[in-house]
This record gives sequence, C-alpha cells and structure tokens, in this order.
Amino acid sequence: MSDLIQIAHETLLAPTGLGESDLDRMLGELVGGGIDAADIYFQSSRLESWVLEDGIIKEGSHSIDQGAGIRAISGEKTGFAYSDELHLTPLIDAARAARAITRSGGAGTVKVAGLTSVRQLYQPINPLISLTESEKVELLRRVDAEARKQDSRVKQVMVSLVGTHDVMMVAATDGTLSADVRPLVRLNVHVIVEQGERREQGSSGGGARDSFQFLLDEERALVFAREAVRQALVNLEAVDAPAGTMPVVLGPGWPGVLLHEAVGHGLEGDFNRKGTSAFSGRIGEKVASSSCTVVDDGTLPGRRGSLSVDDEGTESQNTVLIEDGVLKGYLQDKHNARLMGVESTGNGRRESYAHLPLPRMTNTYMLPGSYDPQEIIASVDKGIYAVNFGGGQVDITSGRFVFSASEAYLIEKGKVTTPVKGATLIGNGPEAMMQISMVGNDLALDQGVGVCGKEGQSVPVGVGQPTLRIDELTVGGTGV
Amino acid sequence: MNDIKERKARLQQLVADILQEAKAQGASAAEAGVSSDAGLSLNVRMGEPETIEHTRDSGLGVTVYFGQRKGSANTSDLSPEAVRETVRAACNFARYTSEDDCSGLADAGLMATDLPDLDLYHPWEQSVDEAIELAQTCEAAARDQDSRIVNSEGASVDSHAGLHVYGNSHGFISGYPSSRHSMSCAVVGQDGDSMQRDYWYSQSRRHEDLETPEAVGRIAAERTVSRLGARRIATGEAPVLFQADVAVGLLRSFLGAIRGSALYRKASFLLDHLDQRVFPEFVRIHEMPYLPRGLASAAFDSEGVATREQDFVSDGILRSYLLDSYAARKMGMQSTGNAGGVHNLRTTSGSLDLQGLLSKMGRGLLVTELMGQGVNTVTGDYSRGAAGFWVEGGEIQYPVEEITIAGNLKEMMLGLQDIGCDVETRTSVQTGSWLIDHMMIAGK
Repeated sequence: MSDLIQIAHETLLAPTGLGESDLDRMLGELVGGGIDAADIYFQSSRLESWVLEDGIIKEGSHSIDQGAGIRAISGEKTGFAYSDELHLTPLIDAARAARAITRSGGAGTVKVAGLTSVRQLYQPINPLISLTESEKVELLRRVDAEARKQDSRVKQVMVSLVGTHDVMMVAATDGTLSADVRPLVRLNVHVIVEQGERREQGSSGGGARDSFQFLLDEERALVFAREAVRQALVNLEAVDAPAGTMPVVLGPGWPGVLLHEAVGHGLEGDFNRKGTSAFSGRIGEKVASSSCTVVDDGTLPGRRGSLSVDDEGTESQNTVLIEDGVLKGYLQDKHNARLMGVESTGNGRRESYAHLPLPRMTNTYMLPGSYDPQEIIASVDKGIYAVNFGGGQVDITSGRFVFSASEAYLIEKGKVTTPVKGATLIGNGPEAMMQISMVGNDLALDQGVGVCGKEGQSVPVGVGQPTLRIDELTVGGTGV
Repeated sequence: MNDIKERKARLQQLVADILQEAKAQGASAAEAGVSSDAGLSLNVRMGEPETIEHTRDSGLGVTVYFGQRKGSANTSDLSPEAVRETVRAACNFARYTSEDDCSGLADAGLMATDLPDLDLYHPWEQSVDEAIELAQTCEAAARDQDSRIVNSEGASVDSHAGLHVYGNSHGFISGYPSSRHSMSCAVVGQDGDSMQRDYWYSQSRRHEDLETPEAVGRIAAERTVSRLGARRIATGEAPVLFQADVAVGLLRSFLGAIRGSALYRKASFLLDHLDQRVFPEFVRIHEMPYLPRGLASAAFDSEGVATREQDFVSDGILRSYLLDSYAARKMGMQSTGNAGGVHNLRTTSGSLDLQGLLSKMGRGLLVTELMGQGVNTVTGDYSRGAAGFWVEGGEIQYPVEEITIAGNLKEMMLGLQDIGCDVETRTSVQTGSWLIDHMMIAGK
C-alpha cells in the first residue's frame, strides 16, 4: 500500500471501521447488469479562513466537510448519490440509488489495486497546522500594515487567509484505487483608496499547494499588499476607456484568463462529445494563428491548478490543446473519453464528493514566442494595454467570451500612456485566436488565486501566457 | 406532515444543544443554524436520461462570542462528537480574533415574535420515472418546435425539500420547512455557420405552479432560434431596453450598493445618498417578506431579526439602506432585518408590456443577455458583454451579439425611463423590463 493510500485509509475509512473488504463489497454492488463503470469517491476536507478588516482580526472560521459520492454509468447515463456519513449502510444505500439507472441488480466482484508509484507534485501535508494561530494573525497584521504604509490615501484594507487540507481516495470498478492529500493556501488583499471625492479599489493575492510558509517566503504576502495599493492608485488616475474595435496587448500572467475562456472551456470533452462547442469536430483544423501553442498542464509542482492524480485517480498530464495554431486535442475525463473512444487526459475533476466529475482545466497557458514585450507595445499606434483582469465568462456554443480589465492603459503611438477604467473586452474565441499576431518571450503564470466555475461547481485553476497582441478586439468603454 | 414536525423538533433540539455546549465551553453568547435537505436532480438529453442525482445535504454552522470576540465553525457532520468538535473549533478561533465593538448577536428586542406559516413546504411526491418523463416532454417540445433546433444540452427537473432551524442565546429558536422545484431546458440552434444556444426555466415552491414542460421547452427553442444570424452593430450611443430577466441584474447591482457591508467600507457609489434622489420619481422598491409561497419569504432573517414590509426607495428617493446588525452598529443605525439578503423585492411596474416599451424606445438596443463581471460597486462603472436585438421604429430588426454596453450605474438609474409590467417572477428580486435613456455600445 502506498503512503498516500495509507493516509487516506486512516483519515477516511478507519474512523468508522470501514476496511478493504467493505470497499470491495460496495463496488460489488456496482458491477454487472448493464453498468459500464462505477466509482466511489471518499473525501475529507478541512478549511480554515481568517479575515482582517479595519485593522482588526474580524473573523476566524473552520469548516469540516466529509462524505462519499457514488457514481454508476451505463452508456451515456449516469446515476449518482452521496452520503455525508462514512458508514457501510448509508454507503450501500447510496450505491443502490446510483445504480438504479439500470433495472437489474448488481452481482459481481471487484478487486482494486493501488498504483505502486504516483508522482507527487506537492507534499502530503496539513497546511492548517503549518503556522500557529498567533503566527497567522501576525501575518494578517503585517500585510495590513504594509498596505497602509504605502500611501496615506489607503482608507480600507481587507486581508483574507484561507487554507484547505483535502484528503481523497477513489476506488473504481476498472480496478483503480488511488488517493491524494492536497494542501492549498491562499492570501488575498483588497484595498480602497480615496482622493477627494473619488474612491477606487485594487486587489492582489496568491497561493499554492503548499504550507502557509509559502506566503512568508520571498515576502510574497507583503508583495501582494504593495501590488494591491499600486493598482488602486493607478485607478485613481484612470480615465474612461474607449469604446470600439482596436488592437489589444495583453500583459503576461493572469491575462491568460483569455485562453481559459476563449479556448479552454470550448475544448472540454463533454461539450465536444455532445457537439455543442464552437470547437466541436475541428481537431486537425487551424483554430488560432500559427504563433499560438496552448497547453493544459496539471503536472507543474505546487501550482494551484495542479493535481498529482485527478478525481478519478488518473495521473495528470501536460496536454497540448493547440500546436502552432492547429487544434490537437480535448480535455477528457474517463466518462467522456470512453464515449469518444480516447483516453482520459487526467482532467476529471469535481468540487467535492457531493458533485459529479466533469472534464475541467488545470493550469492552462500559452507557450512563449520570440518577441520582446516592448516591441509588441511599440507596434501599436492606438490601442489598449491590459495587465490585470477580474474574471471572464464564455458561451461555448457561439464561442463568445468576455473578460473585464481591472488595470489597463491606452497605447498611443507605441507608448503606454494614460490608465483607463475597467473596460470589458469581448470577442469570439476562434476568431480572437486567429487575430493573435505577436507572442512575447516573457511567459508568466498567475500567482495562484484562480477559481473556475462550471455547472455550479468551483475548482482551483491556474492560467498563464506571455505578452501578446490581438489585432482586433472589441473594447467596451464609454469614451470615444 | 408528522414526519416533518418530528424532524423539525429534532433539529430545534440540536440547535438548543449546540447553544448549551457553547455556553458550557465558556462563550458569553452564541448562535447556530442547522439545515437538512434532500432532493432529486435529473437531466434528459436527446430523449434519454443522462444524469440522475439523489442529493442529501445537511450542515450546521455555529458562531460564538466571548465578549466582543467572535469565532465560527461549520460542518456537514451532525453527530454529537462532530457538534462538540465544531463548537470547540469556534471557541478556539474566538481566542485569536480581535475585540470588535460592533460584533455580537442582533439586539434581543428585534427578535421575531410573530411567526406566521408562509406556506413554503410543498414536497413533490414523484417517482424518478415520472420526473424523467416530464423532462423528456420538455426537451421534445423544444426539439420539435423548429427544424433549426439541431442539438440539445437537455432538459432538467430539480426538486428539493428540507428544513432550516436557527437559534441564538437570546432564547430565540425557530425553523421552518421549505421546498423548491424547477424545470429547465437548453437547446442549440443552427442556421448556416451560426450556432446559438439559449435556455428557459421555471421555478416555484409548489410544483403545480411551474410552467408546463411544453411551455418551458417551446420558449427555450424560440429564444434560441431568435438569436440565429446575430451580428455586431457599430459603436455608438443609444437607448437600451433591459428585458425583465436581465433587468433583475441591475436591481441586484443597486442592492449591492446599498448593502451595509459595502457602505461601512466606503466601497459603494451610493455612500451618503440616504434621502437623496437615486431614481426618477415614479420608482418604488419595496420588500414583502410575508408573501405566501414566495421564493424568498421569511419571517426572520439569518440573525433571528423580524423581517418587515419596507420601502428602500419611494418617489425615487433612497429611504433605507440594507443592513444586518453588524453593519447597522458600524453606521450608528438599526438592523433592517436583512442579514442574509432581501425577502421578495419588487419594484414599481408601469402599464407597458415589452412590446409597448419597444414602441416607446423607437430606435435602440433590446438586451436579452449579459455576460461577464464588469460591474464596479465602488465607482458605479458598468461595462458588460451583451446580446439582444436591434430595434427600429419600435420593431425588432435583427439579433445582435458580441457587443458591450457601458455606463455608470448612478446615471443609468437616474436615466431610467420606464419599468414594464412584464414582471420576472422566478427570482427573489422581481421587476419588469427597464428602459434606460442612453448607454455607450461598443461594437465594430
């Protein structure tokens, strides 16, 4: 038994006296009689969060969530039930409810076996105990002080610190037995600045699959504080953004949310199996300019979007989605992969045991090109340089996507000039990707705060990109 | 019915036990909420069942106060050991949080004492097969509606019923059962190269009040087909008519700006606007917490404070902020019974339906979908992706997409020309279509 499976056993099964034979028995309920595949997902998740506001530690809270989700699949049909009690009887009941999608009863045996060596991308630690409570409080206070000392116009500072200790184990009728211990930490800073009658906001933050020490290393937490204030002060000077179609230069790192919205979602296996995506049936076709190579990489050590194994027990991968502008592949979980006759790419993810797995992104980014970022900006006569974004949204069927800038500037005659107020950028995924004419040599990944929502389920993700130029994109400001 | 009474009594006892445990662990005050919910969610696609989910959720949350220090914890595990551990975790946090003058339970004098039955509990006794059949009827109605409907994301039926109990150490403990049912359908249409998707749904406390599956499917198909061939329009200013279901979003943005938490942080464009004009004179925005079967009806808020019929806006003047007790204390005011949100909000509606408003607008943009998060509550700056229809001479000309609309919420609210009688009733915040005098449209 591997160390991870050992830990998962002790955390998830041992407290209620469940053992190997019970696992086999539950899976036995789920085989035969028209069931093609089934799995049981055990999870225990502990979350802790702290909030500082008005210079005081305002809130501290702790949350425990545990249970098991049981899924049975027959053809394109999925039955699902879950229980927050990790006892044999409710779990067997849930298994029977899940398999009720077929009329006949189960009568089989399954023997699961753990992968012998799983490549671990993060330490199986509990981040909640990586600092004492006093040290966490002290960290929040230091971030608050750092933000306030930047500028007297800072009127409000809100800091939140969140840590999660997630232990999961999945057993499936295909013999899979896999476990993972997933630490995740995050710190966010939000500031309000005031100058005369005018008020603006700025925010920053970051995190990783690591201990809270990650936020102390390299003064990361303090850097986030300084960055939030800098952004808010820039916004105090911002003028109305222009309205209309123009060249847009996107900065490196977080603006990669463009790829997440314009490309990533449209390449998820479920939409493509059903033929509802603007990218459906287009593998091998040119869907972006030749300078674009986009990957989804779940294997980056310690990254927020990374997973040693996905929620179906498949090892994560580095999947090429677009290579030199040509569509190469989709993101798959086991269910959609089987129906499409391909292999899972390790992208089967779920928010928790109480949710069904779906094909989801991990860390999605574009590989660097050859241009110096300055050269890209200098190439624009009149346009927008956007470096920070709130969030985005996509309609995968029409391909339309939007994302909202939280820090952007005008480019005039090849120079970055006046900051502009948060404008929304809108485009069509495949069309916008064809308009990417210059790709920088400065690939950066985001700092680790991304959350992706799909069908009501939230999962942590990463994005990244080098500086890039889109020749034509619609900028939704109020100015002319 | 006896069963639900018994379960309610059990959850009330659990809340009492939690409060007792908090006291035993040294808390000077405590509050707790417990909920338990079960349901069925299923989806049918291309005529066949796709997912059938049996949901069963329970959870408890407890907040303890040691003087002015606060700690909280929650868990999905309602076993006695888990309850004790959760209370202990909350008490531990209260050792590290700061003294906060404004923290604490809501004032004892504000607790709800009149607890009418609001008729919120109507479980839907249906088998999985009956629910599947309903979804199949709904999806088939959409797919048969028009030959341009070529694909489907399916039709869903969701039904949930449960209990919620809240109590605090003022001696307030109360709870009520409720149910919620919905049916929805999303289909894909194609015409040449243009592929579009749209949806429709119905939602209510009582399944008999849902729209028929045929109607839900038909409307989903009509909405999808009407978008085919959408194009972009030129950049420029024009009046904008927000169809009722998206006008609800504008109303929510307004509520976000009068919420106490935004105001005491100075994070609202409506800071210091009490008793000032924020809408034209014809606008009234009022809250009706006691509507029988209302989607957001409640006799008490999430702090046990009695809810009340009240106006946030009348004659276009901002009459009240939206406060829980923490924000109220921060601002030297009193809670408005809105901890946890609003309870059935309704605006004035005029005499014109959507067609009447189109005629009134003459030439402009009808918005039927908004995308993205471009609403800044601090400044009121508003810039969002939009889709809808271009209107000339009061008549829809063609569908429009891939454009943005931008303005400032403060000016947009003052520039409100009319609210339609076509009230959106599927949400807790209800209004008709909004006609705004002008906004900036960015297109080609």
